[in-house]
Amino acid sequence: MKWLRLQLRAGLRAARQMARQPFNTLLAALVVGIAAALPATGYMLLGNLQRLAGNVSAAPEISVFMQPGANADAVRTADQRIRGLAKEAKVELVSRDAALKRFRDNDALAEILDALPDNPFADAFVIRLDSADAARLETLRTEFSKLPEVDHVQLDSAWAKRLDALIALGQQAVTMLGVVLGLGLVAVTFNTIRLQLLTQRDEIEVSRLLGATDAWIRRPFHWFGALQGLLGGALAGALALLATRALAGPIAEIAGLYSLEFVLRPLAPAHWAALLALCAVLGWLGASASVRRHLSRIA
Amino acid sequence: MIRFAQVTKRYPGGHTALEQLDCDIARGEMVVVSGHSGAGKSTLLRLLAVLERPTEGKVLVGGEDVSALKRAALPYWRRSIGLVMQDQRLLFDRSAFDNVLLPLSISSHPSREAANRVRAALERVGLSGREKSMPVELSGGEQQRLTIARAIVNRPQILLADEPTAHLDDAYARDIAELFRSFNEAGVTMLLTTHDDALFARYAPRKLVLAQGRLQ
Repeated sequence: MKWLRLQLRAGLRAARQMARQPFNTLLAALVVGIAAALPATGYMLLGNLQRLAGNVSAAPEISVFMQPGANADAVRTADQRIRGLAKEAKVELVSRDAALKRFRDNDALAEILDALPDNPFADAFVIRLDSADAARLETLRTEFSKLPEVDHVQLDSAWAKRLDALIALGQQAVTMLGVVLGLGLVAVTFNTIRLQLLTQRDEIEVSRLLGATDAWIRRPFHWFGALQGLLGGALAGALALLATRALAGPIAEIAGLYSLEFVLRPLAPAHWAALLALCAVLGWLGASASVRRHLSRIA
Repeated sequence: MIRFAQVTKRYPGGHTALEQLDCDIARGEMVVVSGHSGAGKSTLLRLLAVLERPTEGKVLVGGEDVSALKRAALPYWRRSIGLVMQDQRLLFDRSAFDNVLLPLSISSHPSREAANRVRAALERVGLSGREKSMPVELSGGEQQRLTIARAIVNRPQILLADEPTAHLDDAYARDIAELFRSFNEAGVTMLLTTHDDALFARYAPRKLVLAQGRLQ
């Protein structure tokens, strides 16, 4: 109980010290916030991309495009053969007229399509399989490409695999960025606390004369670092949220072009809490290292 | 209560501030230490507050050698004494109230009790109503009173004051001397250093004169 009371008082002293220098506090928190916002936003975007890739990978697709001039009989024949070859799959015929209508619904593309003399789309089949067995997909792709008047067969799970690899790479990059910027955050706090120690040198000396223990002197600086980290973490979260808002529209538009319903999700509450806690802990560590190094130099 | 036993303090470089000092101060006594600059007066107080350690000898308080206290025990010793430094060491970015509150915050007194004690200490030194004043708004004499309020707020049994009337005019100096006498009458053991022998002659029955680190 006494420990808790001492910590609370030290926290209050640190908060008062921060309130005495609002501009400096805000600047330091901004530096921490921007440093933490980069990996936080990267993490949030990767999470969304992973969700997108997860959806795509779960339902591998093969797209079969007929030649632009393929007649109705050829399309009907291809339909029967495809359904015969892939009995377990859901086969959807997307006619060239339906494809044109779908793209016309997008204002930006409608103007381009209007400028074209003819419907540029071909009849196509979208074959959705439950299994992601690579060998089976490859066999079907080969069989479909042999069908008469088939122009091109696209195995859509290939790009999902590439996306998975890219996401793994992105995760490593974000982790490395997080570690580097985390160290930066510790360094920023280390320096802020060094300056605080110099600013409060008189108070520290007087406090020692009046019987303050090193722990009593150290405690508010630890809290200062943690609160600064917390404030920076909150700013980082807010910046990540702003990024989500700003990117949500364009991403939804791009997703629409691929017939995907995709909404960019902000950081989940648990991730927010983790971000705040991590920034606070890093701030505490930076402050702790700084106090340990510099306090002994103050008589 | 306080005993300096064969205390010698030599600084690096060879300067000897105190030489084989032997002296006893009884509980409740008020002792004035005088002497010229460099006679060793401040060193005597600094040794008792354990801001420095003797080169030889012991400083005993209640039979305990405080000069041998471990570093971790020093803060608790300093909380038990009142210290008025020559240079005051007030915090100029804090109000008078907050300056006096500092020793109580350090010793983790409950807020309400601490606030009452601060008001009582300020009243005792005649600074009632100046709680919110910043030190810079106070006169030299008031600043010294504030320093004294900070020294007594923990209700110490021993009060050490290093040149408490230096830089003060006669009227302020008399006020401060009166204040110390009132503390002493309340039972506080006092050790003061001064240049002004005449001022404290009326108040302190015992005077120690130091010259070149030795008692005269």
